[in-house]
Amino acid sequence: MAENTTPAVGDMTSPPPEQPPGGEPRLRMRGISKSFGAVRALFEVDFEVYAGEVVGLVGDNGAGKSTLIKVISGVGPADEGEVLLEGQKVSIPNPQTANRLGIETVYQDLALCDNLDVVANLFLGREERSFLRSLDEIDMEKQTLNVLHTLDVKIPSTRSVVATLSGGQRQSVAVAKSILRQAKVVLLDEPTAALGVVQTRQVLHLIRRLRDQGLAVVVISHNLADIFEVVDRVIVLRLGRRVGTFDIKTTTPEQIVASITGAEFGELMATKGDDTTNSASGGQSNE
Amino acid sequence: MSDMVEKKKEVPTSSAPGSQLAVGAAVEVPSYMPRRTLGQMLRGELGFVPVLLTLLVIMAYFYFDSGGIFLKAENISNLAGQIPVIGILGLGVIMVLLLGEIDLSIAVVSTLCAVIMAVLSERAGAPAWVAIMAALLSGALIGFINGFFIAVLRVPSFIVTLAGSIGYAGLLLYLLQGQATLIISNSFILAIAGTFLPNTLSIILAALVVLLYAAGLIFNYVRRKRAGLRTASVLWLIAQVVIVAVLVEGVVIVLNNYVGVPYPTAIFFGLIAVFWLIMTKTRFGRHVYAVGGSSEAARRAGISVVGIRIACFTLCSTLAAVGGILAASRGLSVASQIPPTLLLNAIAAAVIGGVSLFGGHGSVWAIVLGVLIIGSLENGLALRSAPTEVTLMVEGVVLLIAVTADALIRRAQMRTGR
Repeated sequence: MAENTTPAVGDMTSPPPEQPPGGEPRLRMRGISKSFGAVRALFEVDFEVYAGEVVGLVGDNGAGKSTLIKVISGVGPADEGEVLLEGQKVSIPNPQTANRLGIETVYQDLALCDNLDVVANLFLGREERSFLRSLDEIDMEKQTLNVLHTLDVKIPSTRSVVATLSGGQRQSVAVAKSILRQAKVVLLDEPTAALGVVQTRQVLHLIRRLRDQGLAVVVISHNLADIFEVVDRVIVLRLGRRVGTFDIKTTTPEQIVASITGAEFGELMATKGDDTTNSASGGQSNE
Repeated sequence: MSDMVEKKKEVPTSSAPGSQLAVGAAVEVPSYMPRRTLGQMLRGELGFVPVLLTLLVIMAYFYFDSGGIFLKAENISNLAGQIPVIGILGLGVIMVLLLGEIDLSIAVVSTLCAVIMAVLSERAGAPAWVAIMAALLSGALIGFINGFFIAVLRVPSFIVTLAGSIGYAGLLLYLLQGQATLIISNSFILAIAGTFLPNTLSIILAALVVLLYAAGLIFNYVRRKRAGLRTASVLWLIAQVVIVAVLVEGVVIVLNNYVGVPYPTAIFFGLIAVFWLIMTKTRFGRHVYAVGGSSEAARRAGISVVGIRIACFTLCSTLAAVGGILAASRGLSVASQIPPTLLLNAIAAAVIGGVSLFGGHGSVWAIVLGVLIIGSLENGLALRSAPTEVTLMVEGVVLLIAVTADALIRRAQMRTGR
């Protein structure tokens, strides 16, 4: 496992790696549209996430966040549009393909078996075997320790049954599972929902560690405080369209809330194009 | 971001082999274990303690009640002969209970398979091994059909196996063509239950089992030490070996004091050992527990949930066939009458032993404790010549207590969250 733990993480004061490094994004989606009958869930949405970057995907209920995530994870493929993974055009018709391509989704319900221990959960469905095709528990346990160490996760024991772990630890196990599978892109669906303060910190820390491993991370969250703490860039969806992109360093929560709710649009309408100050400042680059 | 501070203390680990210990120490922090409730402990590694205590209480009661006869070698030998049939059926039940399913057809299937064997060998004159293979294959086929309806068509197992038990009871009567009892005269089939392991052989076999067990433990210990992983203490290692050695050799010696170890008992424990290896050391076993714990998580992990379900039901019915063959051999005949308590005793043994009705929890060894409790009750009550009605009522109460405990422990765990 990579031992590059200390350098980038130690100080948050130094600027995080400049995000759009001009290079090709790890994952890029262009012109994604999807309809459910007459309802247009996504309309010509572009999306991109770079390696070593955390993108926050925000929007109100029904804005199309889940639909977009389902497109990426292969659960609900798009009607139109193209997906490029490291510059290569790919199609993701089902979750298995997504996994094979290195796109891992950590769902809210975590998809863990409560009755199995941490090692068994991490290797579920892809257990290592040795002598007479028996499970190679020792090798799996070593890999488990290494991957948890990389993510700086602390648990009572790798043989703890998952049911006995705290919410944050469970989230960590779910994320570690995707790392073990050599993920390139990790999607986290509401990773801090239903977690306490301490556990939320653990998970945010975990997300930073993922970024430092060079992964492209997408976080869906309703919690702007969490978003501001961990994300590099925010993409806002509203009514199935991408309405804003913000660099987190030059943005205030109010701007993002305005973008999510469409308040700014409403004010513009109200003032009939008066030269008010409210048009996006700083990081916003309108599509 | 203040939690970044604690990171600085972290020593960058070298990639030398010894560093695995440091990695382990950095990840596995015992104090991170949340306080565990009694319910969680009882669901986990201590699950067998109340069951063992119950068994000891029952045994002690019958020991004093019968004036010592209960624990005489003669009666223990009797008990050892009684438990394999219920035990092997119960082992099959465990396979489906681990999925959170149930099989209500095992008693009928075991009798049907015994009848198939008897009809083939006695009426058609087939050689014993052909008749036995046919019985086992019939069991497997029936289990496969059960599994198909349950796993593929998603019909509740309760209904599928209930319907099956009615239908197979009819098939059984049809095969017997109105005959109430079909006497078995094939000497090979009769020899299965009627033979005892020679004393020296049984001692040697038992010693071999203990040696293999100890070798496995030590091998694992050394490998873990070398890999820099946590190990249990050497003392615990020795204790495990000693406990197993005393139990195994003790039982064998007691049985040898009378007539020896009956074949069915050896077959029963052999099957448990094999299934224990399958369930704990193989991918298949791991996946069975996974499907029982969360079939959705298992599905997302790429496990063939349908395949696992069908396999478990097939194994369950095949084991029922094994039990039926042993019962026929022990009873010297097959009858159109299906043993009325067999089904519930087998399920009761599994549940009393500590296998959860809700799936995913329980070891195959649970069947030993469960079947000993059921067997001791039946045997002890028979010793004091209690009437059947009393036996049934007592067993009913014990089963109810076991299931209630299972449900309460589960609820306690739900309440405390994780």
